[in-house]
This record gives sequence, structure tokens and C-alpha cells, in this order.
Amino acid sequence: MSKKLHSEPRIEDPDDFYASLIALHDGLSPEQSQRLNSKLILLMANQIGERAVLDEILDAVRIRTR
Amino acid sequence: MRGVRRIYPFTRPPELDSDERTRVPVIIVGAGPIGLAMGLDLDLHGIPNIILDDDNKVSIGSRAICWAKRALEVADRLGCGERMRDKGVTWNIGKVFFGDGKEPVYGFNMLEEGDQQFPGFINLQQYYTEEYLIDAIDKRELTRIRWENEVTGVDQASDGVTVSVSTPEGEYQIDCDYLIAADGARSPLRKMLGYDFGGETFQDHFLIADIRMKAEFPAERWFWFDPPFNRGQSALLHKQPDDVWRLDFQLGWDIDREQELKPENVSRRIRAMLGEDLEFDFEWVSIYTFQCRRMDRFVHDRIIFAGDAAHLVSPFGARGANSGLQDVDNLGWKLALILKGKAPASLLESYNDERVTAARENILNSTRATDFITPKSDASRIFRDATLELASEHEFARRFVNSGRLSVATILVDSSLNTDDSDHFDSNLVPGSPATDAPVTVNGKESWFLKSVGNDFTGVYFAKEGANAPAGAGDLEQDDIPVKTLVISEMDVICDGLGNGLLFDHKSLLKQRLDGQPGTYYLFRPDQHVVARWRDFDLQAVRDAVARATMQTGWEQKGQQPHE
Repeated sequence: MSKKLHSEPRIEDPDDFYASLIALHDGLSPEQSQRLNSKLILLMANQIGERAVLDEILDAVRIRTR
Repeated sequence: MRGVRRIYPFTRPPELDSDERTRVPVIIVGAGPIGLAMGLDLDLHGIPNIILDDDNKVSIGSRAICWAKRALEVADRLGCGERMRDKGVTWNIGKVFFGDGKEPVYGFNMLEEGDQQFPGFINLQQYYTEEYLIDAIDKRELTRIRWENEVTGVDQASDGVTVSVSTPEGEYQIDCDYLIAADGARSPLRKMLGYDFGGETFQDHFLIADIRMKAEFPAERWFWFDPPFNRGQSALLHKQPDDVWRLDFQLGWDIDREQELKPENVSRRIRAMLGEDLEFDFEWVSIYTFQCRRMDRFVHDRIIFAGDAAHLVSPFGARGANSGLQDVDNLGWKLALILKGKAPASLLESYNDERVTAARENILNSTRATDFITPKSDASRIFRDATLELASEHEFARRFVNSGRLSVATILVDSSLNTDDSDHFDSNLVPGSPATDAPVTVNGKESWFLKSVGNDFTGVYFAKEGANAPAGAGDLEQDDIPVKTLVISEMDVICDGLGNGLLFDHKSLLKQRLDGQPGTYYLFRPDQHVVARWRDFDLQAVRDAVARATMQTGWEQKGQQPHE
């Protein structure tokens, strides 16, 4: 069960942040988008820093196959 | 190809002319660096041994080149470390380049601490290491190398192993108490005995070229991801002695091997990398695929595997020969105690446990490096490139860059031979760590701490005042498994009776690195690993720790027949 992961809203003006996030990808090829996302993930991961939180996030998005 | 090596002549084994069966304590199969070092180590421990090799020369071509500090320390205990360092190219710096960038995105220094006898790494062709070990063996009495003696069969019984050998002049059989298989990655012995070798082969090819050229590159390890001269792939440049340079080009999986190996095609790659006008000669060229594999167990009763025969890694990280020499370091003293009837045969289980743990660590590191260098999926490749792009600007990303995590000594922290700390220490030299080096003065001469530690159990005592050994240290030297004592003094004093056992810590670095407050006592194994440490000397505690480190508990020496 989640202990550290925030599910409640924390970002001010979510619509504006969401638009900024999408705008980052304007005009990019899928490969460029993927590379941008990778950098974003790495920077955000380092910002979070705490391994237990990162592990919870990895677990939250993991696609389980049967 | 230049650099012709010596040929070691076949000599007719006495067994071919005798009906009597020879029995020797240990037979080692394979005269590579691991087999040779093994023979030498056993010799130092007083154990007669024979090394069998199916060839008559040292290895040629691109084999091991990077020898790590710990391997050099082991080689120094065997008498070859300084010769290797003096001939080798010393390097501590590694640099990683990405794309068209002229500046490295990441650099590292292998030797952070300094003031140690050996550098983080030297580069030295494997044939030099082998020749130095052979020269050292030639000066010893108890080790014999039999060239052109090929093992064709092995038969293990409860009390020994019979080895069948084929030579140019006939076949013979020979018996031993223990057989050590150091016969390399393709280990014929492992195959003969049908033992597993699980792991993975990486779907990639690498072109290795050792070339001779005059060049002004520094003695550093340079690694490129996606450079202009090898787009989408990696490359490596590394200096060796005699103006030989190791070049390594990643080629990818779908290649035409024959085409890639044509001298004109290799030359084209080299000139694209180092300049169109470059003058050079080939010393060696070949194409490799890399594997990470290991045996489930390295000890099969009286047959023991060491080096590449037991475990195999990709070369990124230089964890092959370097870990093999740590196998030797670990096995020699244990086997010697068993053969002298001073420890139970079960002590070999600790070799199995400790070196399997080390192999796991090496394979994990090697696999991760290979996955970074050869991404297995598009996502993996894109993350890799993103990491490299971030690395020049963001320090944290440099820690993700992996062109090989270079070999450092394995810390045997979970070993059952250790006695856990009961006192507090401000030193990371926990039980299971190999000793750290420091400059010392012995008998008025500057030397190194590690030159005094090892071969026997060694107690290191930080003197309280003056330079007196603790009461009872003399008794330890008389024990069945003796413990020699070193007294560390902060003052340059002379003390009768201590002789070479008195070390003047003239830079106070030993005190600093071991947190050696007065009264502190460290116990080291014969392979220079910490067994236990205390703030005060206690004779019984030391004896208990030696007993634990040699698995004496529940084993009565007198009740068991030693295999002599």
C-alpha cells in the first residue's frame, strides 16, 4: 500500500501546468518526444530523490501481464 | 605481428618411464594468469603442486590488459606486483564522451585516496603478467609447470582425483588430493565433467584491435558513446606498454564478420577515429561477443574451479582476470590449511560462498554496464541517450552513465568467517574488507603496510605507549595456526625483538584509515582481509576469531585424517 505517494492534488493551476507539459512536445517526432520524456523523468526522479517514493511510483505505473 | 614470445619446451614427464603412480597434493589445470598465480600462492604456503597446460606458450593477442589495485596487491604478495607496475602503464582517470562533443560528459578517478603502493589501475598485456608469474615460479621449489600436457580425463574418488594426461610422447595418469580447474572461459574440464554454466550472451559484436603507434594521447581510459567515427555505436581507446593501444569498436549484431575483419576495413575505422595520416601496425585483431555466466558452485568436492572457468563477465569493468586473482587469494591459504591437517575440508565451502558472492556482484555490474552500452530496447536506448545529454550539465546524471564499473575488491561482508564488530570504529574497514594500504617505515626504510600483512594470519596492534606488543602476542605466534604480530607506532623508535614487526606510521595514515586509536587490534586473514577488530587486545577473543575463520568449531583435528 502507498505510504509516501501523494494522490491528492498538489499542483496549483493544474490546467496551466498540463498545457505546458503538452506544449513541450509540439512539433516533435515520437522519438524526440520519447527522449524529452526520458530527460523529464530523470530530472524529476533526481528531484524526488527518495528511493522509497521512486519505488512506489514505479510500482504504480507498472503494467502487469498475466 | 611483432612481439614474439618465448616458447616453453615440453619435457618428458617421469611418469612415462615409471610404473609407480605419482601423487601430488594439488594439480592445477591451465597455465594462464589464474593457474600460474594459484601455483605460486600454494608454493608460498608450502604446498607442492603441478600446473598442466596443453600449450607451450603464454597467451597472445587481446586478452586481459587492465589490472586493478587489488589484483596488483595480490600479485605483490606473490612477488610480481612491482614488476607489473613498473612495466605497466599507470592510469587512474577515465573519461566518457558523447556524440560530437569534444569535452567529456563525465570523468572519474579510480584512486581517490592516494598514498598507496599501487595505483587504481595499470594496463599490461596479459602475456607479460604470465611471463612474470612463470619467472617467479622458476625460482620456487614446490611448483612445476608441465607444458604440452593436456588433460583428457578426470576421475574423482572420495580420497583424491586421478587425472589422465596426454603428451607428445605418450599418456600417463597422476593422482592428487585436490584438482584446481583454471582452464579458462571454455574450460574443457567443466565440459568434461558436465557442469552447468548458466547466464547470457549479449547480442552484439565488438571489434578489438591492438595496434602499435606513436601517439600523444594521455594514459587514460577514453570511452565514446555514438561518436562521429562509429555512429550509433561505442568505442574505447586505452594505452598499453610498448606503444601498443587497445581499440574497441562496437559493431552491432547484424554484421559480416569476414568483411569487418579485412585489414583495409579495420584500417578505415582506425583512421576515422585517430586521423587519416596515422601510421600504425597491427598487433592483434579479432571480433568478440560477450557473455556473463557462472557455475552454480565452484567447489565440487575435490575439484575446485577458479577464474574464467568458474565465472565469465564482459570486459567492461575489467572484472575478469581481476576477480580471478581474488579467487586465488581466497583459495590458497584455505587449501593449504586443509592439506596440512589444520582445518576441515569444509573450509572450502567458504571459498565457494565468498567467491560465488563476488561473481554475482561482478556479473551484476558487468550486465548493467553492457545493458547501458548495448541497450536491449528502444526505450532503453532513448533513456541512455537522455542520460548522456543531461550528463554534461547535471552532475546527478553522470552517476547513471555506465561505460563499465571498474573492478574494485569485493568486500566479503556476509562471510561466515568474520567475527562481527562489537566495538565502534570510524573506519569502513569492516570485517570482510581487504586491508587498505598506507606508507610505513620498517627498520628505518620506507615501505608499505601491505608488504607486512598476509600469508599468515596477522594481528595489527596500535601501540599504547612506546612500541610494545600486547602481552600474549608471543603465544599466538606459537599456536597451531600461528598469528604474527605487527606493532604500529606513532613514533620512530627501535624495539628489541620486534624487528620487521614494528611499523612506524610516519604519515599517521594507518591510524587514520584504520581508526587506530591506541590499543586497537585488527586481525587479518592470510589473504589480507579483515577477520575482526577490537578496541583492546584480548588473547582469547583473537583465538576464537582465528578458530571461526578456519571453521574449527565442531571439528577435532586429532580425530580426522589429514590428507597429506
